[in-house]
Amino acid sequence: MKSSVTDLIDNTVDDPTQPQELILGGQDFTSITETVSDIVLERKTPRAWYIAFTFTAGLTGVLFLMIAWLFIKGVGVWGLNNPVGWGWAIVNFVFWVGIGHAGTLISAILFLLRQKWRTSINRFAEAMTIFAVICAGIFPGIHVGRVWVVYWLFPIPNYHHMWPNFRSPLLWDVFAVGTYATVSLLFWYMGMVPDLATLRDRAKGRIQQVVYGALALGWRGSHRHWHRYEKAYLLLAGLATPLVLSVHSVVSFDFATAQLPGWHTTIFPPYFVAGAVFSGFAMVGTLLIPARQWFGLKHIITVHHLENMNKIILATGSMVGFAYATEFFIAWYGGNPNESFAFVNRAFGPYAWAYWIMVTCNVVTPQLFWFKKVRTNIGIMWVMYIFVNIGMWFERFVITVSSLSRDFLPSSWAYYDPTMVDILTFLGSFGLFFTLVLLFIRFLPMVAMAEVKTVMPIADAHSGERRSVGDYHGDIPRHVREVPDGGGK
Amino acid sequence: MGANTKHGDLYGLLIEFESPSLLMAAVEKVRDEGFKKWDVHTPFPVHGMDDAMGIRGTNLPFLVLGGGLTGLGLATLMQWWMNAVDYKFVISGKPLFGLPAAVPVMFELTVLFSAFAAFFGMWILNGLPKLYHPLFTNRRFRRATQDRFYIVVEAADPRFKLEETRNFLASLGGSAVEEVNESAED
Repeated sequence: MKSSVTDLIDNTVDDPTQPQELILGGQDFTSITETVSDIVLERKTPRAWYIAFTFTAGLTGVLFLMIAWLFIKGVGVWGLNNPVGWGWAIVNFVFWVGIGHAGTLISAILFLLRQKWRTSINRFAEAMTIFAVICAGIFPGIHVGRVWVVYWLFPIPNYHHMWPNFRSPLLWDVFAVGTYATVSLLFWYMGMVPDLATLRDRAKGRIQQVVYGALALGWRGSHRHWHRYEKAYLLLAGLATPLVLSVHSVVSFDFATAQLPGWHTTIFPPYFVAGAVFSGFAMVGTLLIPARQWFGLKHIITVHHLENMNKIILATGSMVGFAYATEFFIAWYGGNPNESFAFVNRAFGPYAWAYWIMVTCNVVTPQLFWFKKVRTNIGIMWVMYIFVNIGMWFERFVITVSSLSRDFLPSSWAYYDPTMVDILTFLGSFGLFFTLVLLFIRFLPMVAMAEVKTVMPIADAHSGERRSVGDYHGDIPRHVREVPDGGGK
Repeated sequence: MGANTKHGDLYGLLIEFESPSLLMAAVEKVRDEGFKKWDVHTPFPVHGMDDAMGIRGTNLPFLVLGGGLTGLGLATLMQWWMNAVDYKFVISGKPLFGLPAAVPVMFELTVLFSAFAAFFGMWILNGLPKLYHPLFTNRRFRRATQDRFYIVVEAADPRFKLEETRNFLASLGGSAVEEVNESAED
């Protein structure tokens, strides 16, 4: 019945006089609670989950095998050469950190902008942020070469009496990514505590009661607590907003402060941030579409939500395309022969294939989202997300490798090829990512129940007779209310 | 525990409501009655409840400001002391401590310490984690995190008189006024 309502009702109509409902199917607090918590507490784990988990856990095993091999043999097992000293490890690091940005954008920036639709997807996106940052954090840790002195990354007192160089962007990166991971985790956990309390109060098994009870910290929905909780949430959102913009800016400094043509540009920070949000939304969508389908959440995560995400993908994708064009313009207008060579080489040199994959996936594909048919078609948008994911990986590859492989001195030019170890390490990181996602959807509340409840029309304490339809965008539109129960397919 | 010897083991009285709008009207009456030790329990933050209950602002923002300033100060001192005093990094004859190059780490640690202050400060001010609470002994109360709304008046309140308060709560339009004890019975 729930799915029939969502099939029947189109809440993507852009008509300001007919405000759209965010949660479909005449839901109340009870049904939202049941839908979300039963996935964790009541439902039997689907067979497909076990199959998927076995596969991704195996892939994670491959990741750790590759890391072990790297530690035993050294970075020679990778395809690095001279001059390409930064290969897939850096590409993957930037790729995964970028993925994470969507979660923080949804949880913090859209919160400050009072975008109520964020409540259906923010938990999922924040979880994805944390898992992506975990995957990202692996790569700088393992690519240092002498892994036994990896603690030199941090300002830890040591018997050499040495301190790290704080004028290096690589050290800024340690602080930026470290802060980002920590703050994202605090924000995610804090947002989850009221929902963990819901699970604690609904759990029937002893183990579930104890585990969720401990995690819920004794939360009892006291309004005196909610009062401070909401203040803390607002403050954390305000802190996370400049933080998320700073993280990919600092990542881009790793490149932009170098002298290398193709890296040494001031456009990098905003360009990297836009690209990060772009890729992150694509990854959220890649995961959300199957999740809402399989777990019966189509009335909570509606086409309206997905369409909004697609609009953000369109906006950030256009920014990325504009940044590509600006880079080329400045390379020509700046009149520096090395700079203009670097860009001509990117588009027409030995890595032209990668460049044009990037342009096709990142610039051409998202433009299709101008069409409403494309923005609201689940199948098409999922394919588009995959394109964007691929394109954004290639963007980092193009920036990192094409610039290094042909620098100032033609005698040192070399072509870079990844080895099997590079490829398997990257695939393995996807294994780790999806393993964590699968554990999350099995054991934690996938939708922020308490937050979704606040955007439902019945949550308004001043609702009732005093308001008429259309006063408030949470109203149930007339044509929705008149749908007979169980109508449709 | 024995917070109130006058009422023995009684923690307080609880009354249930079905919707935020019913709750809101009742909350205003409880506030106007002059109770001090009482609370409202809801599955999500109900807007307008601060005014209805008469809760004043929290000083959490000042804690966060303190956290942020601590982070900023620590980051500045750390970078200056480590690179310009304790282990001098001479790079291309540049000054040993330059403020612009120190800004990223200063910013990150400001945010980090502010976030710690917001997160831990909120839990500490709320008196959590507290894994046992008398209200958890009430089975009905489990819906406070799901789909029901509660007002709880503590027996420790100076204005609390078992019969009078029970009758007052019953007049608020909710359902099921129940006694909550300090310790679990089962």
